[in-house]
Amino acid sequence: MNFELNEEQQLLADSLKRYLEKDYDFEARKKIIASATGCSDAVWSTFAEMGLLGLALSDAQGGFGGGAGDLHSVMDALGQALVVEPFLSTVTVAHLIDRAGSEAQKKSVLPAVIEGKCKLALATEEAQARYDLTQVSTSAKRDGAGWVLDGAKVAVVDAPSADHILVSARTSGKAGDADGISLFLVARGAAGMTLKTFRTQDNARAADLTLKGVKVGADALVGAEGKGLAALEEAVDFGTVLQCSEAVGVMQSACDATLEYLKTRKQFGVAIGSFQALQHRMVDMIVSTEQARSITYLAASKVDGGAADAAERKRFVSAAKVKISEAARHVGQEAVQMHGGMGITLEMKVAHSFKRLTMIGLTFGDADHHLERFAA
Amino acid sequence: MDLNYSAEEQAFRKEVRTWLDANIPEDLRRKVLDYEELSKDDLVRWHKILAKKGWVAPSWPVEWGGTGWNAVQRYIFEEEYAQAGAPPIAAFGVTMCGNVLIRFGTDAQKKHFLPRIYHCDDFWCQGYSEPGSGSDLASLKTRAERKGDHYVVNGQKIWTTLGHYGDWIFCLVRTDPNNPKKQEGISFLLIDMKTPGITVRPLYLVDEGHEVNEVFFDDVKVPVENLVFEENKGWTVAKYLLGHERLNTGRIGGSKRELAKLKKMAAETMYRGRPMIEDQRFKDRLSRVEIELMALEVTNMRFLDEMRRTGNIGPEVSMLNIRGTEIQQALTELTMQVAGPRAQLFKPVDYDGFDSYGGSLASRYFNYRKTSIYAGSNEIQRNIMSKMALGL
Repeated sequence: MNFELNEEQQLLADSLKRYLEKDYDFEARKKIIASATGCSDAVWSTFAEMGLLGLALSDAQGGFGGGAGDLHSVMDALGQALVVEPFLSTVTVAHLIDRAGSEAQKKSVLPAVIEGKCKLALATEEAQARYDLTQVSTSAKRDGAGWVLDGAKVAVVDAPSADHILVSARTSGKAGDADGISLFLVARGAAGMTLKTFRTQDNARAADLTLKGVKVGADALVGAEGKGLAALEEAVDFGTVLQCSEAVGVMQSACDATLEYLKTRKQFGVAIGSFQALQHRMVDMIVSTEQARSITYLAASKVDGGAADAAERKRFVSAAKVKISEAARHVGQEAVQMHGGMGITLEMKVAHSFKRLTMIGLTFGDADHHLERFAA
Repeated sequence: MDLNYSAEEQAFRKEVRTWLDANIPEDLRRKVLDYEELSKDDLVRWHKILAKKGWVAPSWPVEWGGTGWNAVQRYIFEEEYAQAGAPPIAAFGVTMCGNVLIRFGTDAQKKHFLPRIYHCDDFWCQGYSEPGSGSDLASLKTRAERKGDHYVVNGQKIWTTLGHYGDWIFCLVRTDPNNPKKQEGISFLLIDMKTPGITVRPLYLVDEGHEVNEVFFDDVKVPVENLVFEENKGWTVAKYLLGHERLNTGRIGGSKRELAKLKKMAAETMYRGRPMIEDQRFKDRLSRVEIELMALEVTNMRFLDEMRRTGNIGPEVSMLNIRGTEIQQALTELTMQVAGPRAQLFKPVDYDGFDSYGGSLASRYFNYRKTSIYAGSNEIQRNIMSKMALGL
């Protein structure tokens, strides 16, 4: 047993935190959100220089061969600073290609990802799907040597800035079938693909995607035809754990802000933190955050090879997501309530932490979705 | 025990429902049901329709335009009102300032202001909270210094709802900074917002909506005839106001409306290949809120009955506020849950036909955290109950 970071992990976490504190404060973030693309090229280049983008990719592709455990403190730091750049999407899809892609696909995508020259997004969600990865109606039909894709994907986070989008499509069967799902890596802006873009509640950019006769080559198929679900589930589980790590950082930041507020906000002539009614609730927020941190460590170890099989991995990832969703809800709501009206003003970081926590609870499956999967 | 409304009360309910259905302008009803921001024109237009009907000030005495309804009728009206999707009548004019003037105003103040409030000739807002005085309202610092026939006001108010629509603002100000008992140096002033020296600055909430403001006072001259009740006795007025009109804090009607909308949405949303409303986990969550609401409705009726029998209700009425806000918040949360990943929608960037209703669902969840904070946070409501009802 050892929960301490190793020297390399510690150095990386420290330098990332220093960088974000210096160059990614609340005001800097506000400017990025208001910019045309809603994310910063300079920040992305720095992430590449620091080696963050290749941290969990295999050595053979120029990565560092790490896993979700190595990315934990990175995601924690990104969460504390409420970073809006498409890190989670890119790393999740890169992980999928690293695990399930052909050598040619890896060569064409992963070195570019590591260098910060390629961003990725994951398009699995459909109007009738609601987290269920098997509810795929988007179709892919053979077209000569390649494929033609038709359908629609909704709320594809980070699609507007992505160079390539990983699309799940049905090559056989019907919505709800586990078999018959295939994965395609499609260039954003491919002929027939339309993006309607919007800003999400937590200030990322996303798009609803329409695919109308989008032609892709045989080399766009990632993994075997009709057998994409397992790889997709594995990648989404990996991404879910990273998202849990990020949530822990956001919760920590919300707890820190609330504790500071309890110590400094005076009413009735005393700091409001002197009221026992609030003291106990502050303690409960900390307990929720620590429990969330613990179960995230557990889930990270399972996606990093500690699970005997996919069923065990899914069970632990779902356990983490249930706990994270509930802790995020608890910590977010209480942070706001104890800040009073200030907690829901646009100018307070804690309000944005609350929004991010809430959205984390609603993506990659909500608490009920994962309770079902945990108990399955 | 009889949990049913009488035949007369049911007939009254029908009359109210029929009239509201026929008279709420469709564009305004749609805005309310789609959670869109209402403009000042929208609010005033509806206010005048209701005033013409004679139903805009049920809490006032008949001589000033009240309806003469008893507590139960007033409650039925409010419930039907919310269920119908009628635009709100901002409480600051009719309910708050109006009732204060009726109880404490001079004849001249009543004659001048009450008809104007009744017809919404002036849009009123409230100047209570300050940056340093929220739950501890009596610590307020905005200063009003008497100089001849007027007061000079300096200071800042915060959370001024619809302050950007305001023609007039009623304020609690400190007229005696030397009284060691902080409640005893406060006065209640009516201030024309067109007076030089007043600045209204928007305070955007996390849904990026503009509903509250900061209001700054810089050497603002207020004629002494705008003082309500005695100088330094403003706290008496404020307390009267806080104790007034607390029978609708449970917001039963609005929650019933939202519950019905939520059920419809859950029936139309697919999850794991069937309607969301058939998902057992979700059904349990929904049912728990519905059951809480059923109980709260009867709790609310018990207070009404007490009010009708004794003409008074105790501090226990805070429980309506506590549970009522929790139910309102739970309903916004469940609605967001049904939307699922679609709840991420917020603002269009490049999107023809953007689903702005969908974009308002999570916004509403975020915004509604305010309900357990404003008008006495749920912590203060619990303090009221523990101190005044339980003697702790």
